[in-house]
Amino acid sequence: MFELLGITPQALYSQLLVGLINGSFYALLSLGLAVIFGMLNIINFTHGAQYMLGAFLAWIGLTQLGPWLGSPDFSLNYWAALIVVPLLVGALGIVIERTMLRHLYKLDHLYGLLLTFGIALIIEGLFRQWHGSSGKSYDIPEVLRGAINLGFMYLPKYRAWVIVASLTVCFATWFVIERTKLGSYLRAGTENPRLVQAFGINVPLMITLTYGFGVALAGFAGVLAAPIFTVSPQMGADLIIVVFAVVVIGGMGSILGSIVTGLALGLVEGLTKVFYPEASAVVVFVIMSIVLLVRPAGLFGREK
Amino acid sequence: MSAANSNSPAGVEMLRVTGLHAFYGESHILHGLDFVVNRGEVVTLLGRNGAGRTTTLRAMLGLTGKRSGSIMVNGRETIAMPTHDIAHLGIGYCPEERGIFASLTAEENLLLPPQVASGGMSIEEIYTMFPNLQERRASPGMRLSGGEQQMLAIARILRTGAKLLLLDEISEGLAPVIVQTLGRMVRQLKQRGYTIIMVEQNFRFAAPLADRHYVIEHGRIVETVPMNELQGKMDRLHELLGV
Repeated sequence: MFELLGITPQALYSQLLVGLINGSFYALLSLGLAVIFGMLNIINFTHGAQYMLGAFLAWIGLTQLGPWLGSPDFSLNYWAALIVVPLLVGALGIVIERTMLRHLYKLDHLYGLLLTFGIALIIEGLFRQWHGSSGKSYDIPEVLRGAINLGFMYLPKYRAWVIVASLTVCFATWFVIERTKLGSYLRAGTENPRLVQAFGINVPLMITLTYGFGVALAGFAGVLAAPIFTVSPQMGADLIIVVFAVVVIGGMGSILGSIVTGLALGLVEGLTKVFYPEASAVVVFVIMSIVLLVRPAGLFGREK
Repeated sequence: MSAANSNSPAGVEMLRVTGLHAFYGESHILHGLDFVVNRGEVVTLLGRNGAGRTTTLRAMLGLTGKRSGSIMVNGRETIAMPTHDIAHLGIGYCPEERGIFASLTAEENLLLPPQVASGGMSIEEIYTMFPNLQERRASPGMRLSGGEQQMLAIARILRTGAKLLLLDEISEGLAPVIVQTLGRMVRQLKQRGYTIIMVEQNFRFAAPLADRHYVIEHGRIVETVPMNELQGKMDRLHELLGV
């Protein structure tokens, strides 16, 4: 069958793997966007810059932090970065929410979009100023080097880890939002924040923490990405355009929708690379256009 | 209550609203509202549509725009408090649109409002009072009937321990048999010592339940009718309410 189509099984599997990896990042990033949009009504255009910030902070922690502190042997290793960096990126997000975003909730979506777009340009500009546009490389942690022989293909350990880690985080987030008491506050707050507040729940604090969490997801994705993609100031800008298309296809604000759509589109992209490589860069946008025409609220979205 | 004077009723004061002004954006809705509710009383806010009854309840919770004046709850000034702190003084709010969350199940809706005081009803008590809710506990909020939504909207604030209940148009749009059930429920709650402020359009529903009626017009209290003066003031009420 493979011969008939003029492709090798190896090519198919490896592109499917690449698709799954990309899909994992789409899922993590669009999940953060969906959580933020649900609670804040803000389309967070800073998301790509925050993802880049995650990757850069991981790189700085690994290679620069020791010399800065005057003890060249010290470095923040990958595993520590996986915890610390999302917290830092989330904390920076909280500062942005407290000082800027909070003044825009009563206005049209467009203002939030413009502000966060501006912040993204500033963050990316600063990093280009400091580090130039050339990429930095980040070593894969020792235990995740090498590959596993699956019989039909070799699976690089780090890539397997990325898929497992991002799916775990996505599932945990889904579970907390859809199945716990804390999540019920969040869902209720998405529907009718004023009433939730009238019941005695501190909604402004909840909004701040939601933004912090959504942004921390981007930071986490950034750390995961550092060893496989080149760490550079524009890495987020390249990715985020596709992620926004994913969010539009899945439906703004749908948690499960953003996860499933993210993974599925990664796979579709991978398959396109096998069967019709010329279209692989645009296939997501073609799907987005069709979905917008047929189901403007997105595949998992509710019409308002 | 029979000896009560219309302006300063006897009993322990639960709520005192003085000179309350409230706005939605530029529009000035409440123009210096004054009224008092004592512990254990049931009072109604009557008036025509747009008179400011719902706004009065919303202003008490800080859900309007700018507001001024004084709202004392159990002797504490709340006019400058953030909305989420006001509920913790023991206030439960049942909004006119019922506010059932569509993406939550009936039981999640019931458990959503946090405890604001001790002595709230247990889940068992609530399910005894509203057996329908137990049957529908796993249904999404949006699948419940109008009557079930109304029961749920009230039930969820009884769980929190709130002793001052703000009920906005609870009889609106419901079948007569359900309205009767709600009437029985309000009587039960009064017996249990709850303090209740009801906004009502349905005067026949509210009349036998309340200790006192306040009539609001253009954002002011224009008439106070204690229960024992109700018969004598019917003509005046008809004139004010246009019923």
